[in-house]
Amino acid sequence: MSTLTLAKALNEGMRKAMEDDPKVLVMGEDVGKLGGVFRVTDGLQKDFGEQRVIDTPLAESGIIGTAIGLALRGYRPVCEIQFDGFVFPAADQIITQLAKMPLRSLGKLKLPVVVRIPCGGGIGAVEHHSESPEAYFTHTAGLRVVACSNPSDAYEMIQQAIRCDDPVIFFEPKRRYWEKAEVDVSASADSAWLPLDQGKVVRPGADVTLLAYGPMVKTCLEAAKAAEDDGRSLEVVDLRSLNPLDVGLVVESVRKTGRCVVVHEAPVFNGFGAELAARITEECFYNLEAPVLRVGGPSTPYPPSRLEDHYLPDLDRVLHAVDRVFAF
Amino acid sequence: MTADASRGAEAPPEFVQLLTPEGERVEHPDYDIDLTPEEIRGLYRDLVLVRRIDLEAVALQRQGELGIWASLLGQEAAQIGSGRALTEADMAFPTYREHGVAWCRGVDPVNLLGLFRGVNHGGWDPAEHNFHLYTIVIGSQNLHAVGYAMGIQRDSAEAATIVYFGDGATSQGDVNESFIWASVFNAPVVFFCQNNQWAISEPLEKQSRIPLYRRASGFGFPGVRVDGNDVFACLAVTRKALADARSGQGPMFIEAFTYRMGAHTTSDDPTRYRVAAELEAWKLKDPIERVRSYMFKNQIADQEFFDAIDAEADELGRDVRKRCLALPDPEPLAIFDHVYAEPHRLMDEERAQFAAYLEGFEG
Repeated sequence: MSTLTLAKALNEGMRKAMEDDPKVLVMGEDVGKLGGVFRVTDGLQKDFGEQRVIDTPLAESGIIGTAIGLALRGYRPVCEIQFDGFVFPAADQIITQLAKMPLRSLGKLKLPVVVRIPCGGGIGAVEHHSESPEAYFTHTAGLRVVACSNPSDAYEMIQQAIRCDDPVIFFEPKRRYWEKAEVDVSASADSAWLPLDQGKVVRPGADVTLLAYGPMVKTCLEAAKAAEDDGRSLEVVDLRSLNPLDVGLVVESVRKTGRCVVVHEAPVFNGFGAELAARITEECFYNLEAPVLRVGGPSTPYPPSRLEDHYLPDLDRVLHAVDRVFAF
Repeated sequence: MTADASRGAEAPPEFVQLLTPEGERVEHPDYDIDLTPEEIRGLYRDLVLVRRIDLEAVALQRQGELGIWASLLGQEAAQIGSGRALTEADMAFPTYREHGVAWCRGVDPVNLLGLFRGVNHGGWDPAEHNFHLYTIVIGSQNLHAVGYAMGIQRDSAEAATIVYFGDGATSQGDVNESFIWASVFNAPVVFFCQNNQWAISEPLEKQSRIPLYRRASGFGFPGVRVDGNDVFACLAVTRKALADARSGQGPMFIEAFTYRMGAHTTSDDPTRYRVAAELEAWKLKDPIERVRSYMFKNQIADQEFFDAIDAEADELGRDVRKRCLALPDPEPLAIFDHVYAEPHRLMDEERAQFAAYLEGFEG
């Protein structure tokens, strides 16, 4: 066991993957000598060389497009998009090429490309550095979309994503990069690990299910703790995988509690919470004591950082929604 | 608007030519080629057969058997010349018009038709032929070719990639990014631009104010313009570019100066946007006629040979037509196949639901 930050856990996970498989490459802007703007790739170029840790020109479409070519040649590229808002120049390559090429070849081609995206707000950044673009990618068939929320998962999930033969959009909660936890770095990917496409109940409860992923998992855990004082038992589910969604886990939890609040940073309108609410309505209609409520950002662009505390769901907004599902 | 973008017979462009439109062999100081009579006969056969495949496909589209077709008519020499320059280990990345290159790589022409008939999105195995899938989004494949070439570098393999794109594609960001990547990483890639003068209805002047091959110098690698209707010149120039790339000399830009004789696809009407005189001028530069003329003059083939090739083309046309019409529609549940390489519960769930729905119609 080691105590690692989430950023370091990702770093160790990538290092392990590179040691295990010489075909694994890391590529992106500033990932080499600098170690990435968040230092997630720190030291990898020093140890694995410039042929495996590739500092690229500054063009996101080029990063994903060349990663596709490298994958066609048998490599397993792990691309870093420096910030969430910069993934859009690469959206064409991700959506029209990366997601669809295996299908176009009737399964003859595999594209094991990981696209790492530091996502979400809360770090006081300027415009385009705090977004939550997950819904764009969960809407695209052919991609897997996952979000880690803690160091231990980060360590395991990045290795599983790299081993996966499908393209994986890998969201990293940037404001949790520096939070520490125990990580078992002696273990290698084995059957003891939770599969990449499964969610996890991270706090059991009886009265309300809180569905969250990425940075909001911690917020929901704090809310659940606070609600305990009011005599309310909140179950927190870390979805981990958004596509495919672990529907069974969600349904099981909501059937048990009868109430559900979805929490994410992205705007609520047409966000990932809409899919969850629709699914739960279909599967749990007769178990529900209240409609599924969603807590998220307003349907506005991400605001200037002095306003982000108002934009981002916090403990009070989650608890307010919990009050509302009890009031029905 | 005279910026060396002339499309007609006047203002001859600076290019590498080894065989004139009249069928005369000419020399070029930097590029030469020594072909045996058998090789020349082989190139002629390729040109005729791919034209026939193309004509048959156009006819099939007109008869409602294909949804659409992108004709290569007029571009046979560019495709056969460059395609025959490839070694088995080289990898080709096409657009959706590279039927001639596909022919050189051994892809069954009926597989190309499957895409346009709507039974699949490609369907051949790119690794089997080292011929990637057709790419519809303009210029996306340029980056794939460069990435693949970077893989070749890491494998220390004796190979290169070639990527095909049109004059319109040179305006795309991905194409310009591919030039940067190739240059910075010295990737073994040949950029083969078929300048057929028109991006659907947009003339070259809407894409560039300089000859396209000169763009390469701004990215730090050489560019050359070749007579795209001259199969000898296309073969010679591409062969050298690929050899240079394989030996570590980095990327090369080839602009094959040619002309799309037909529509962009069967969906558009070129009489709306270009004048008949332009077409007539280019007819005189036909890529097949000049080889035929050269072969006649130099007794490389006799009438019997040409008749035999024509008969082979007729037979190929019939065969392609027959097998195209026999292509079965995929089963409905094939929608869910191959979306993911590994098991995916949403696919499983939706497949099962759809299957149950379909079963409701049975009996």
